[in-house]
Amino acid sequence: MSHAAHVVFPAHRLDVEGLVAERGERLLIQGLGFSLAGGELLQVAGRNGAGKTTLLRILCGLSRPLEGRICWDSVPVQHLEDGPAAHLAYLGHTNALKDELSGEENLRIQSALQGRRVGRDEAWEVLGRMGLGGHEDLPVKFLSQGQKRRVALARLLLVRRPLWILDEPFAALDVQVIEVLRSALEAHLAANGMIILTTHQAVPIKGRQRTLTLGKAA
Amino acid sequence: MNGLATALITLLRRDLILALRRRQDALVVLGFFVVVVSLFPLGVGPDPQLLRSMAPGVLWVSALLATMLSLERLFSDDFRDGSLEQILLAPQPLSLLVGSKILAHWLITGLPLVLISPLLGMQLGLDGTEILTLMAALLLGTPILSLVGAIGAALTLGLRGGGVLISLLILPLYVPALVLGAGAVDAVMYGSSAQAHLSLMAALLILTLLLAPWAIAAALRIMLD
Repeated sequence: MSHAAHVVFPAHRLDVEGLVAERGERLLIQGLGFSLAGGELLQVAGRNGAGKTTLLRILCGLSRPLEGRICWDSVPVQHLEDGPAAHLAYLGHTNALKDELSGEENLRIQSALQGRRVGRDEAWEVLGRMGLGGHEDLPVKFLSQGQKRRVALARLLLVRRPLWILDEPFAALDVQVIEVLRSALEAHLAANGMIILTTHQAVPIKGRQRTLTLGKAA
Repeated sequence: MNGLATALITLLRRDLILALRRRQDALVVLGFFVVVVSLFPLGVGPDPQLLRSMAPGVLWVSALLATMLSLERLFSDDFRDGSLEQILLAPQPLSLLVGSKILAHWLITGLPLVLISPLLGMQLGLDGTEILTLMAALLLGTPILSLVGAIGAALTLGLRGGGVLISLLILPLYVPALVLGAGAVDAVMYGSSAQAHLSLMAALLILTLLLAPWAIAAALRIMLD
């Protein structure tokens, strides 16, 4: 699949320095730092409770670290012109879909909220790519878990942000969807995008990648 | 249309569409309002004079309680399915996005209360000008109920027993709106003008309109941290 490759992102970089974070009085992350450039994937590994989700939420700006700096293109994210999260797309444990709305409506509403207006044709095309052809105008509550996840993944493709932050994107997906997601991730890397993800499954992805293991000291 | 206007209108439309597809939520609030007001004559007896003098207070207290009923779901649905995180991540100012959600909440729950109040006013024996004053007071007051209530809804997000907590937190803050709103109708009833009450109510509305969205945005950021 050679989709999503028509957008190529300009060179960006993400720098994280001296990150310290706690969760409920317990110090989870201490002095963490890394850099990420376009076309790179960072896999955050670690046992349960090591702070993987906490780290991802900090990188999104949803949680605040105790100390440390996160810079996008050398500008601290708090000082970015369009807010601390305008460069990223986040997919958490939840799909952020409204059950009463159809897949198309969900996608168009979410994209408009994130500042990109999407037409009906584009939404249908992306849903089709995700293997949801014929389900575009069905309320999401009638879709299966895996199909809902696909709609959520379609959102990533539509908002066109250079940095993807994905929390357990492979969880609860069938082999087919894992394949769709894998090729979407590869296409994003090929388009000079960046990906930070956590996963328990070893899914081979082509492209430059590194692994960051949390909680080694414990 | 620029990005901000698009985002605000999108969020407003989304909430209105959701309310249309889950009509029972809004109808429950309206039904509650009607039932509570209608129970009073059964409880205190059918003396028209007594009902008439109680009407402003009864209608206002019922409106407060009906609004409380709808507050718990204001943010909790979006919180549970993860939409709220996406709203926080949007490049637009959170306080304005929150304002858009509250406008939707008012259109869905506040405005119907205003529209049905003349009927209930007549039921309790209010006359023409009193009913008009009641509607004007509710029109100014129900947005205050939505705005102040949303602060409570944001602060109790994700807590167990959040609904009860909202009531304890917010009902005391509803006192000024209650006093002014019921007072406006009382004033007309006893032959003076409701202008002072309504002006103060309008001032209160402007004040909450300025402060509440900012407070709600801050509360949401803390609760989602």
